[in-house]
Amino acid sequence: MAEASVNTHLHRDDVGAKIGMWLFLFTELILFGGMFLVYAVYRFTYRDFFALASKELDVFIGLINTLVLLTSSLTMAMSITALRKDNKKLSLLFLGSTIFFAFLFLVNKYFEWSAKFQHGLFPGSNELLSLPKGEIIYFGLYYVMTGLHAIHVIIGLVILLFMFVYIMKGKVNKDYYIMLENSGLYWHLVDIIWIFLFPLFYLIH
Amino acid sequence: MSATTLSYGGNGSNGNHLDYLHSPKKYKGIFNWIFSTDHKKIGILYLISMLTFFAVGVTLGFLMRLELIAPGKTIMDPQTYNQIFTLHGVIMIFLFIIPGLPAVFGNFFLPIMIGAKDVAFPRLNLFSWWLFVTGGLVALISLFLPGGPADTGWTFYIPYSVRTSTNVIPALIGAFILGFSSILTGLNFITTIHRLRAPGMSWFKMPLFAWSLYATGWVQILATPIVGITLLLVAIERWFGVGIFDPALGGDPILYQHLFWIYSHPAVYIMILPAMGVISEIIPVFSRRTIFGYKFIAFSSMAIALFGSLVWAHHMFTVGMSGTAMWLFSLLTFLVAIPSAIKVFNWVATLYKGSIELEPPMLFALSFIFNFTIGGFTGLMQGALALNIHIHDTYFIVGHFHYVMFGGTGFGIFAALHHWFPKMFGKMYNKKVAKISWLFLFIGFQLLYFPMFVMGYLGMPRRYYDYLPDFHIYHFISTIGSWILITGLIIMFTNLILALKKGEKAAANPWGGVTLEWTIPSPPIHENFEKIPVVEKEPYDYSHYEQVIEEAKN
Repeated sequence: MAEASVNTHLHRDDVGAKIGMWLFLFTELILFGGMFLVYAVYRFTYRDFFALASKELDVFIGLINTLVLLTSSLTMAMSITALRKDNKKLSLLFLGSTIFFAFLFLVNKYFEWSAKFQHGLFPGSNELLSLPKGEIIYFGLYYVMTGLHAIHVIIGLVILLFMFVYIMKGKVNKDYYIMLENSGLYWHLVDIIWIFLFPLFYLIH
Repeated sequence: MSATTLSYGGNGSNGNHLDYLHSPKKYKGIFNWIFSTDHKKIGILYLISMLTFFAVGVTLGFLMRLELIAPGKTIMDPQTYNQIFTLHGVIMIFLFIIPGLPAVFGNFFLPIMIGAKDVAFPRLNLFSWWLFVTGGLVALISLFLPGGPADTGWTFYIPYSVRTSTNVIPALIGAFILGFSSILTGLNFITTIHRLRAPGMSWFKMPLFAWSLYATGWVQILATPIVGITLLLVAIERWFGVGIFDPALGGDPILYQHLFWIYSHPAVYIMILPAMGVISEIIPVFSRRTIFGYKFIAFSSMAIALFGSLVWAHHMFTVGMSGTAMWLFSLLTFLVAIPSAIKVFNWVATLYKGSIELEPPMLFALSFIFNFTIGGFTGLMQGALALNIHIHDTYFIVGHFHYVMFGGTGFGIFAALHHWFPKMFGKMYNKKVAKISWLFLFIGFQLLYFPMFVMGYLGMPRRYYDYLPDFHIYHFISTIGSWILITGLIIMFTNLILALKKGEKAAANPWGGVTLEWTIPSPPIHENFEKIPVVEKEPYDYSHYEQVIEEAKN
């Protein structure tokens, strides 16, 4: 704040930007927290039906997606490190891989969901409505929670694409990489939420 | 006041700098405003948009009262009545009371009061305003869609909100967007307070308004996402019929109420905390005394934010919870009254032996204490389990929350408006007319809302279109009160608008305040301070009282 000029005033505070991002991530966690709470309530009410319904999900596809997302978090972190070491090309390569993995995740999700749809398992279908209440709720939660997560993947994907362009143009660079770091934080959040969704829906019976 | 602490740019003169209303512009006309990242301009944008929504809300309230002046049909049919009270609630809660103080006066004065040039994220700040307007318009658009606005009440209770054929979705989406705007404002303020305090401004030298905004910011961040997801779930229910709240599909409608109130009760403190902050600013200035118990007031804000998050289920004593849950929530509800009472006692203690000046802001501040005390006590009555069951969903509740929200926060907003108007626009309003408008508002307010306690206690249910002749007299008095209140509003706003055009030029420190905003010219320059101040004194240090008054005269 020492170099305060008269009428145009450029303010840069990387620590502040990071605090802001963490506060925002809190709100995202609480948003999903609401859903996890609902999940907990219904799992408690319909334990057996949840176990039964969860066997419908394809653990293999879930596992692939978990690996894809975990790897994408790694490449994201490496992209930031590469940029900090002033290796723009390598940073772009890693960021590109992250974007690729994000896309792969969505493709996978698409096939998973459409398979369910073909089996008639979607909200409001006769197939689903004929099941016991516990299973209806399970699939309802499955679609809402993984759907909400998928929306976050899409938002993350768009943010990462912007970052890719910014790095190419040099707007985000070795001396100013806080935007990339914050995007990375967001991407890790998307990853972490999936880490919770995966066992809750696919693994525990 | 020594020159190093509190005087900058030569009292009242703008030096070489233009004030923020006339500083060099990137865009012309309206774009100069709606693309501006200056926190002061954004504050005024919020002020204008908020007051516009307020005018719509008041009109709807006026129509409701007119309908209720006599039993039976007066001016509208029951369905319209249901839609009007829902829209009245949605507008007043989400578009007026919640953003009122933080978004308008917080934006304008928080950076100035802590000695900063702007908030931490100016562009995000502008984005919040854009979201606010978008959310408001989305909510209002249902007025013009076939089916009309929602008729569910502002709480959108399941299962009715899924079944009704009115436009619930726009209201839900609008509220969701507004919640997002509120989160971003809170996040911005917290970061600003952590990062941008001027040198020397330690946490306990921060003005109490800043403290209240800090507490509010945390509530905004921690509570709002829950209502976001809850409203989204209702929308998903309407679109896809997932069944999360539908017993026929295995869901639980009471879960909706828990999720809704776990936000909406803390939201009450988003509404009242900044108003308490404003009162803590005004009381010392017009009693010429240091505020009594500064730290207690600061900590009680944080305590209210904390306890206020733990009492949501007192809205649900009649829905069928376990006995243990009921007495626990009842107890917690009583606990939250303690920090509120601490504030009231400290304000009264500040007034004691003070040199009180009954200028317009002070009149509004004192009526805040009066109304808030009544609202608070009637709140305690509802915290008591047995009494709660008697008065649940009656006009007693309507009276209570209007005393807290309108009598508290609403009067807080009017107090803030009269206190800071000269600073914001550099003009002084006609004080005599302001006092007359206060008199109308105060009397109209009591006439309008006090009968509600009586008829509620006697059994008049809330949200009813028609009523027994026994209640006629109370409704009649109440409707007359609404006319007096609205007359007061018209006088007040006419006075302020005229002041913008014809008002005398205001001095830098017309009231003799000692917080930072009174040390800069009115209206402030683009960057608030020519040189970032170094803060050495406590925020309400009136030990140099004579000198402050002397400087204020210049």
